[in-house]
Amino acid sequence: MIEVEDAVKTFTVRRRTGRLRRERTERRAVDGVSFTVAPGEFVGYLGPNGAGKSTTIKMLTGILTPTSGRVRVAGLEPARHRTALARRIGVVFGQRTTLWWDLPLRDSLTLIRHLYRVEAGAHRTRLAELTALLELGPFLDTPVRQLSLGQRMRGDLAAALLHDPELLVLDEPTIGLDVVSKATVRGFLERLNAERGTTVLLTTHDLGDIERLCDRVLIIDHGRLAYDGGLARLRATVDADRVLVVDLARPGPPVTPPASVPGVVVERVAGPRQWLRLPRSANAAAVVAAIAEHHEVVDISLGEADIEEVLAGLYRGDRPYEPAAGRPAGGPAT
Amino acid sequence: MLRTYLLLVWTWTRAAAQYPVSLVLLGLATAVVGALDLAGIALLYANAPRIAGFTVAEVVFLYGTATTSFGLADLALGTTERLGRHIREGSLDAMLVRPVSPLVQIATEDFSPRRLGKLVPALGALALSLPALEVSWTPGRVAMVPAMIVTGAVLFGGLWVLTAAVQFVLIDVHAATKSVTYGGAFLTQYPMTVFARDFVRGVTFVIPLAFVNWQPTLYVLDRPDPLGLPAALRFAAPVAAAAVCAAAALAWRTGLRHYRSTGS
Repeated sequence: MIEVEDAVKTFTVRRRTGRLRRERTERRAVDGVSFTVAPGEFVGYLGPNGAGKSTTIKMLTGILTPTSGRVRVAGLEPARHRTALARRIGVVFGQRTTLWWDLPLRDSLTLIRHLYRVEAGAHRTRLAELTALLELGPFLDTPVRQLSLGQRMRGDLAAALLHDPELLVLDEPTIGLDVVSKATVRGFLERLNAERGTTVLLTTHDLGDIERLCDRVLIIDHGRLAYDGGLARLRATVDADRVLVVDLARPGPPVTPPASVPGVVVERVAGPRQWLRLPRSANAAAVVAAIAEHHEVVDISLGEADIEEVLAGLYRGDRPYEPAAGRPAGGPAT
Repeated sequence: MLRTYLLLVWTWTRAAAQYPVSLVLLGLATAVVGALDLAGIALLYANAPRIAGFTVAEVVFLYGTATTSFGLADLALGTTERLGRHIREGSLDAMLVRPVSPLVQIATEDFSPRRLGKLVPALGALALSLPALEVSWTPGRVAMVPAMIVTGAVLFGGLWVLTAAVQFVLIDVHAATKSVTYGGAFLTQYPMTVFARDFVRGVTFVIPLAFVNWQPTLYVLDRPDPLGLPAALRFAAPVAAAAVCAAAALAWRTGLRHYRSTGS
């Protein structure tokens, strides 16, 4: 469905360096990214702000022309066959609506039927289906400007899917939504993928989206692909580290982890509470015992590191498969 | 493409009709402002019967043809000057993922029947001046009037798109591009002879505004060219319009290919 081979997008940034002098620098927003997505996959595309996520999405949808490399979506070259491709894919931007502000949602959707040349009968069936699934009924006749963010997002999803695309591309679809709206959107996307077999590519900062929906995760950082694989493997990486929270009787400098247990690092200190990162294999009891020898320990707890931390580590450039031994003990005190 | 254009126009018209009072008031205001222009011309001639060798009827004829052409182009393509804003706000991205030319989408955006208000004083000026012109009407001269209005509209339309395409490169030049489109409309409302000669050469050969109505009008009124340019130029308006449209199409395509989008 999607083939990306060594795609590069560079932007020229002009900077004023003097009264008349200008310096031109090249910035590689996407720097040699390759991946393929098979039909029916549900793929999450992650990365920190400015990593190249949106640029990739824009190359896939034909908005931007790649500087070099090969991009194919549904067998077409997006930048060259943008209009033909638009009929076969659906795109939703979470940050902005593609609906017409002053029109009732129903009229917007009718207009989209004409733009995509969907046959009237097919449109009726499809609209009824989407109305039921996305619960559009109560606000179909409300002008878009009066819709809540959650309602608008559901309207946008319906608009992107009226022509029954093979691929749905979502750029942060749950951004700013409340818990209930998020759940509706996620449930809908899950069914869309499972029942209709629509391929979905989704960028997000919301890890709930990933955990609930994505079989596969692509992580991009500084324009390069940092991870491509199943969520299970990413989670295994997460499980490799555990976090030990120690409450001391009084605040103090970071504790010294015992030399007998390698790879233990103090991550964070906040008053009397300290967080230690332990490799999977480390003997937690030995660590606790060693600390209790030198400090008065009030309470301890041992937990799994969450996915967010692993991503943060990935974004910082840490290798996920190596224990965080290279980091200076102590960490930033707060 | 035309079908989609009309469909979008109809949809926007319905959206505008949601506020009927504001629609009527804005339409009236547009018409009144246009009529004031005409009053200005009348005032000018109250003091001098001829200006630069042209009578009131002849100047009102120039005004009528220019504003009708401009009004038609504005009606069809006027909102393309908003391209810069669409680039800044990222709404162009949303247009690019639909299977319809973004030019059609931008041109029809916010379409409101009140834009027709501009055509009221324009057509009024034509209706007033045509019977008052001292012209021996031949079939050629009669045919020239609608022909010049249509080619003039095409020429202005090309200029709209051309100046919009410039915004792909210079996003904030919206105000500057207005000087070409609106400035051009103003310019063509008066006999070219009131302007400096070199300036007239510029608007003949660089931005071919003189072909909107000046050159064809010289033919209709059977006047010698004050600049002594060849008489064949009087029929060259379609060539000029085609050249502008070709340049506009090229600029638009190039701009779209090099479009950079915004962050997010």
